[in-house]
Amino acid sequence: MTRRQLWLRFIAHIDRQLMLGIGLLLLTSLLVLYSADNASWDRPLRQMLNILVALGCMWLIANLPLHYLMRTAVPIYVLGMILLILVALFGEISHGARRWLNLGIANLQPSELMKIGVPLMMAWYFEKHEATLTLKNYFIAALLLIMPIALIARQPDLGTSILILASGFYVLFLAGLSWRVMGVLLVAAIGSAPVLWSMLHEYQRHRILMLFDPSQDALGNGYHTIQATIAVGSGGIIGKGYLNGTQTHLDFLPERTTDFIFAVYSEEFGLLGSIILLALYSFVIWRGFIITANASTYFTRLMAGSITLTFATYAFVNMGMVSGILPVVGVPLPLISYGGTSMLTLLLGFGMLMSIETHKKLVRT
Amino acid sequence: MNKRVEFKNHQREIFQFQLRLVVSIGFVLLLLAILLVRFIYLQAVRHGYYQTLAESNRISIVPIVPNRGLILDRNGEVLARNYSGYTLEINQNKTTDLEATINELAKLIEITPKDRKRFKKLVAESHDFQTLMIRNRLSDEEVARFAAQKYRFPAVEIKARLFRDYPLGEKTAHLIGYIGRINEEDVALLEEQNLAANYRGSDYIGKTGLEQSYENDLHGTTGIEQVEVDAGGRAVRMLSHSSPVSGNTLVLSIDAKLQEIAEQSFGNYRGALVAIDPNNGEVLAFVSKPGYDPNPFIDGIDPQSWDELNNSPDVPLNNRALRGQYPPGSTIKPFMAMAGLFYNERSPSYTISDPGYFTLPGSSRQYRDWKKGGHGSVNMFKAIQMSCDIYFYGLATELGIDNMFDYLSRYGFGKKTGIDLEGESSGLLPSQDWKMKRYQQKWYTGDTVSAGIGQGYNLVTPVQLAFATATLANDGVAYKPHLVKEVRSSNGNEKRLIASEPVYDLKIDPAHLKLVKSAMVAVTQPGGTAVYSALGAPYHIAGKTGTAQVIAMKQGEKYDEKAVDERHRDHAWFIAFAPAEEPRIALVVLAENGGHGASTAAPIARKVLDYYLLGKVPKPMTDVKEKEGSEND
Repeated sequence: MTRRQLWLRFIAHIDRQLMLGIGLLLLTSLLVLYSADNASWDRPLRQMLNILVALGCMWLIANLPLHYLMRTAVPIYVLGMILLILVALFGEISHGARRWLNLGIANLQPSELMKIGVPLMMAWYFEKHEATLTLKNYFIAALLLIMPIALIARQPDLGTSILILASGFYVLFLAGLSWRVMGVLLVAAIGSAPVLWSMLHEYQRHRILMLFDPSQDALGNGYHTIQATIAVGSGGIIGKGYLNGTQTHLDFLPERTTDFIFAVYSEEFGLLGSIILLALYSFVIWRGFIITANASTYFTRLMAGSITLTFATYAFVNMGMVSGILPVVGVPLPLISYGGTSMLTLLLGFGMLMSIETHKKLVRT
Repeated sequence: MNKRVEFKNHQREIFQFQLRLVVSIGFVLLLLAILLVRFIYLQAVRHGYYQTLAESNRISIVPIVPNRGLILDRNGEVLARNYSGYTLEINQNKTTDLEATINELAKLIEITPKDRKRFKKLVAESHDFQTLMIRNRLSDEEVARFAAQKYRFPAVEIKARLFRDYPLGEKTAHLIGYIGRINEEDVALLEEQNLAANYRGSDYIGKTGLEQSYENDLHGTTGIEQVEVDAGGRAVRMLSHSSPVSGNTLVLSIDAKLQEIAEQSFGNYRGALVAIDPNNGEVLAFVSKPGYDPNPFIDGIDPQSWDELNNSPDVPLNNRALRGQYPPGSTIKPFMAMAGLFYNERSPSYTISDPGYFTLPGSSRQYRDWKKGGHGSVNMFKAIQMSCDIYFYGLATELGIDNMFDYLSRYGFGKKTGIDLEGESSGLLPSQDWKMKRYQQKWYTGDTVSAGIGQGYNLVTPVQLAFATATLANDGVAYKPHLVKEVRSSNGNEKRLIASEPVYDLKIDPAHLKLVKSAMVAVTQPGGTAVYSALGAPYHIAGKTGTAQVIAMKQGEKYDEKAVDERHRDHAWFIAFAPAEEPRIALVVLAENGGHGASTAAPIARKVLDYYLLGKVPKPMTDVKEKEGSEND
């Protein structure tokens, strides 16, 4: 085999368009991180390591035939649940929340695993009962969704709960949950809002209230929102220029390498940069929808649709919260924010999308 | 059948899925549109607003407080200066329990009960976000001790600051005044004058004395530094800088040494002394006794010391030279004589016979002379020389109160002199109008009689009498008295002289002047009332003694110095100028409860004259301390 053939075989299961979009976003990540870290190579280099590890995992998943993928659903879900229970019992407390499990070598955040595990499990379940779907099946699927969410919301981790809830809901939606039931659920949700409100932690309530008037608590919880909005707004049309963001470089922006990295980006690259970023995300999401539409099995359709929609939700929630239209819930900007766990989860998802796209012919024949 | 159902489901399922996918795409497009609209709103529509916010985040304007101007005497001796030192300050915001913090601090650094009381007062007066001083003038050792324990006191910091200091302390307190912390009244006043911007960052403002009246010169111009700051408020780099301009230096006409000698010459007497150069109005010495130490006032005096000063029977806080109002007594006589000559009521040779008392026609009331049995036959010269009351009783009744008021007001009686200090009193020159307004009573001739010897309603301030004496000394050409001779910019490049132009010229007949002045010289010569004051002086002193009654004597009652309570004894006056032929200094001495002008006030004047004219420094004062008690000066 020539070298070229080897290479072709190596990338056989990599979807080129998807890879192009992801690659551009990852490059953006390194670029912005360098600025957000005050022109230091420290975080960009570590992020590069995160990316390489995650890309490796993505490659593995992309090469995994679909029936293997399906077989991982139950073990991943069960493992995730066990880990969540362990976190609830023995987790490390950081920033007032119990989210991490100390594994000796690395800290693991099991809720991240469930971002994949929950839709995988639900899609697997629907595939199993594809032939005879009744309301009871939807109910059981919903139960599969609610159990981990209850554990994660208790940690408390509102951002992850919402994202997992969204990803599970997308599975239900794509699996054909009737509009009538969704209507009833919506009414029930609105009806139970006061109850949910009372269950929220004080700081979560504060964050939601802050959304309506961040200036009320300009030095406390409103500070994040105010400073991020100022950063975005002061960027203007073309931005202040790379490495020239004053909000960023004078420390006014909190958490600027993680959740608030979009403020760094749009302060320095302006509206033009924001539109380019939206276009990049749109491109990735569009490709995800194409893959979904072309998917050959019920399981893969549900899975691909859920991954794509969750990715879109991820991006929307983050940019929405940084630009001050959503409460600060602690959701990173997908593929851009610094952090290994979310990078891994996201690229695992994209690996599945690639596997779904590149293995469909095998399934059909 | 099973297969059919499955097939049908499959078709429907595909269709349904594609429908749901379209809905999903629509949903995502909606999300993207929301973000796009939001970005356009923030980054294009509201860009200007957020740009401003980002700039004000980033840029901090730091005022740089200018150094306060110095105050020097006419020979360059420093009367008010700045020195740098360390203070210990507490940020009220960073501590929940002030008391506990101070107690902890006290274990490390001496904090006296006075410091605590002063601090409490500061807290009560301050805004709650202020950093307040608990101790000043820390020694190097104290600074080091605190620095080592700093981590235990997050709310406490050491600051290097410039302090105001008055090296002569109480000797110049009534003259220089003091600065103090800017309070709410000061802020309101500054805003009214549109000066608030220049006081950004300033903590102190002149409260009394020259510090107050020349505040605008002394304060200087505040500099501005625009710095880029990070979120922690730390300066990252400087964007622009305008240097502060130090306050102007005041060069006084005061001679510090003369001031000191004058101050010491009073011994234990309370009183005032004002010495003026009659040729230009420059004030050479300005004393009010007792004085007080102005230094503790700068950072707020502790309540206990304040009470002591404020309730002292000696009223040390009262500026007697500027605000004290006393009957002029016989010191009015030379001016009365000038009036008599001016209105042609008396010729120099007109002679009366003095039996020791004076009666008004048709009245049995006797107005006594200070000398029992009278002075015999008295003309104007003798009347001044011997201070004959009877002569001036008669002169006054014939002049009438209207002429007296007109003429005496030309010398500034009853009016503020306009000296460059705030809070001057205007004294009182009575008139018919005044009495009607004040008491709703008509003027009686009897009132005129006592006014003729400076008693009755008449009141003068020492500075006012000094102005009148200087005007007489300078042949009627009056100069406004002023303490500041020159205002210099801090770099010395610009100078502004305080005007020494005559305010008016009384155009007095030289013959009148000659007579009155020579009579005043005779006062200090054998046969005069103050003969001892000029004994052995190689220059001629023109002077006049005076006695201001503290309590009125009833008809027929005899004043016995020994019998009255010390504080009810008469005040002693002495006015003088010298050398009499070509006066270089005119002065007024008031010794409260000093009895006779000749015995207490005149010797003080002599010491001042000797130093100013001859450079003679008096021996340790023993002779003025006639009062019982220690003489350990």
